Amino acid sequence: MTGTFKRLVGTSALALAFSAGSALAQTELRMTWYNDGIEGEVMQGLLDRFEEANPDISVVLDVVPYKAIIESLPVQLAAGEGPDLARVTDLGGLSQYYLDMTPFISDTEYWQTSFGPFLKWLDPDGDAINGFMTQLTVTGPYVNKTLFEQAGVEMPGDGATWDDYATAVNEVAEKLEIPIPMAWDRSGHRVSGPAIAMGAKMFDAEGNPALVDDGLKAMAQRLYDWHQDGTMSKELWGSVSGSTYLGANEDFANAQVVMYMSGSWQIPQFAETIGDAFDWWAVPAPCGPAACTGMPGGAALVGLAGTEHPEEVAKLMDWLAQEEQLAEFYGKTLFIPGHLGLAEGGVSFDTQDPRAQHALETFAGAVPAISPVAFDLQGYTNNRVMFNALISRLNEAIVGELTLDEAYERMTDDVTKELAEKERQ
Amino acid sequence: MAQQSDQTTGDRLASLAGAPVRLLFRALDPLFTAIQRGIGTKRMPWIFLLPNLVFFGLFVILPLFINFFYSLTGGTQLYLTDRPFIGTEQYGYLLDCEAFTDPQTCREDRFWKGIYNTLVFIFFQVTFMVLFSLITALILNREIRARGFFRAVFFFPVLLSPVVVALIWKWILLRDGILNAFLVSIGLDKILFFVSPEWSMFWAIFVSIWAHMGFYTLILLAGLQAIPPDLYEAAEMDGTSKERVFWRITLPLLWPNMLVVIVLALIKGVQIFDEVFVLTGGGPGTATQFIVQYIYNTGFTNQVQNFGLASAASVVLGVALFVLTMAQLAATRRKDDV
Repeated sequence: MTGTFKRLVGTSALALAFSAGSALAQTELRMTWYNDGIEGEVMQGLLDRFEEANPDISVVLDVVPYKAIIESLPVQLAAGEGPDLARVTDLGGLSQYYLDMTPFISDTEYWQTSFGPFLKWLDPDGDAINGFMTQLTVTGPYVNKTLFEQAGVEMPGDGATWDDYATAVNEVAEKLEIPIPMAWDRSGHRVSGPAIAMGAKMFDAEGNPALVDDGLKAMAQRLYDWHQDGTMSKELWGSVSGSTYLGANEDFANAQVVMYMSGSWQIPQFAETIGDAFDWWAVPAPCGPAACTGMPGGAALVGLAGTEHPEEVAKLMDWLAQEEQLAEFYGKTLFIPGHLGLAEGGVSFDTQDPRAQHALETFAGAVPAISPVAFDLQGYTNNRVMFNALISRLNEAIVGELTLDEAYERMTDDVTKELAEKERQ
Repeated sequence: MAQQSDQTTGDRLASLAGAPVRLLFRALDPLFTAIQRGIGTKRMPWIFLLPNLVFFGLFVILPLFINFFYSLTGGTQLYLTDRPFIGTEQYGYLLDCEAFTDPQTCREDRFWKGIYNTLVFIFFQVTFMVLFSLITALILNREIRARGFFRAVFFFPVLLSPVVVALIWKWILLRDGILNAFLVSIGLDKILFFVSPEWSMFWAIFVSIWAHMGFYTLILLAGLQAIPPDLYEAAEMDGTSKERVFWRITLPLLWPNMLVVIVLALIKGVQIFDEVFVLTGGGPGTATQFIVQYIYNTGFTNQVQNFGLASAASVVLGVALFVLTMAQLAATRRKDDV
């Protein structure tokens, strides 16, 4: 009996030692992630497959609110306490913290041909391989087509201006007693596209940021007027302060808004939450005298330089970045591909919803019309300084704390002050 | 008999549980005796205070100094050693105003708007907080039916997280919230509370009072119960009016508790952040953006995280709180002298 007990203890100890040994040999990577729709689930599926193929690496997907990506992650990274990988939207702004995976990737040519221009967004001053775009986004409006039909108002067609839309949505809202004719996400990024359409240059001749010009003023004046005459509700932009982001996606989904200025990332969410309850219809970016443009943008998955396992990070990223995985990812998430090969060859999107398909076509088709100014602004490392100054000061004018002229002056001061602080090292 | 047996078992268990403590004290005794011999009995309290002093120093005093040094630096680097020293430039920037009464004339207008909003908030919040807490405490001190239940009801919001409090009220006050549904049901128009600066400030003050009043009521209730009942009996025998009893007996004897309530409410008022941040987000515009939110935005939410400027604003806030605390101490001393 004693002998059997001893053997049992011995075997258990040996098994424990082996399992502990194998557990110790496994490298754990942590990926910080946020969700717009179902992409977290899709990514988790891919990670499970990667772990099966690479039992020595485990990946923990830490899903956090988007606010944490914007506000907490930069502080974590500055303190050297960040994760191994993260999904980010401040693409150039965090570039100092990215891992250059070039030494660990065998086929760098594939990365250059597949992600070429987007690699520049991540590393504006160099040619490092830091990550890939989990989605390419384009800003643009959605309209509630059903409301237009019910009101008997004709939807503005191709080449329509913002003023045309403002007139039309007011007519619809008045006839059907819809509380909000037009809503925009509370974001400087969202305002920038239409401002560029009105002629805003965003940079001076030397390439320095120059936020306020006649083009920007033309759009800002419209936004100001629309908030005063009820075309836009002050409840969205006016109800918070500073550069706080607020979306009107829920109001639009509840048919409280006739036209909603947001972007392509809303497609999967609308396909799920609105479905066929009404015809939510993506329309091309309305025109101004200079262009008919939205803003490009997107989110990227990047490796982070603070990782203790750069080789494993690069191995995971290289696996995820292959066409097979990305085709599945973009297809299931309904995201516009940030992979040139897939963008050209087309992705089979996993939806039968004609509204989602139309929206995907509309936004993908808008890419060629994007103004070069918009691309430059998106690629500018400190673009969020400009976006934040724009939205926060314009908002203060809208609620009556500043005149528009004072707001323009403050926008310029804010940008100058923040950039000067950044330069001071 | 059974009870006696239980007690004996209980005593034994207590004795057993206390054994390790006794053992520890016995082991430490020679050490403390030696220290006492070395430094003298008078200095021994410092030895016993040492653990708390270490924690206080590490987590309160040291961060205070670090924060002050940050306020003398610039740039965006996180670590103090990497940041350039710029002297009092951040303070100069904060205090650069043509007219301090008009935030628009200040270079850092949002800092001054934060101060102005905080002053308005604490004036109304503290006044009404003290008033309502006093009225509630006076009522709960009387022999009313279900007194215990009402005391619990008034204290309950204190137990809630500020974020939960703000979310509950936000759901009530939104365009399609309960309050607007009620207004519509009685034939009135909806009110967009968070679009109006006045309504937003009103609800920020109201929610703050609702959430914290129970705590201050409890302090005042304890003060009321400490007033000797024979004073009231004597006043009653003399035929003194109720108003006179309140002004001449209750209020003077409750004054030390009132002072504590006023100063605590003032300090909490200056520090207001979480509830209002969730409730109004500081809006509309900057109508409910208080000084702590300004510090948070400057240090953390902007793309260029200006830790130096945020630290300088924190130092200014710290000085304001220090002045308030000193005023409390002075007022308490004066009262004691009287």
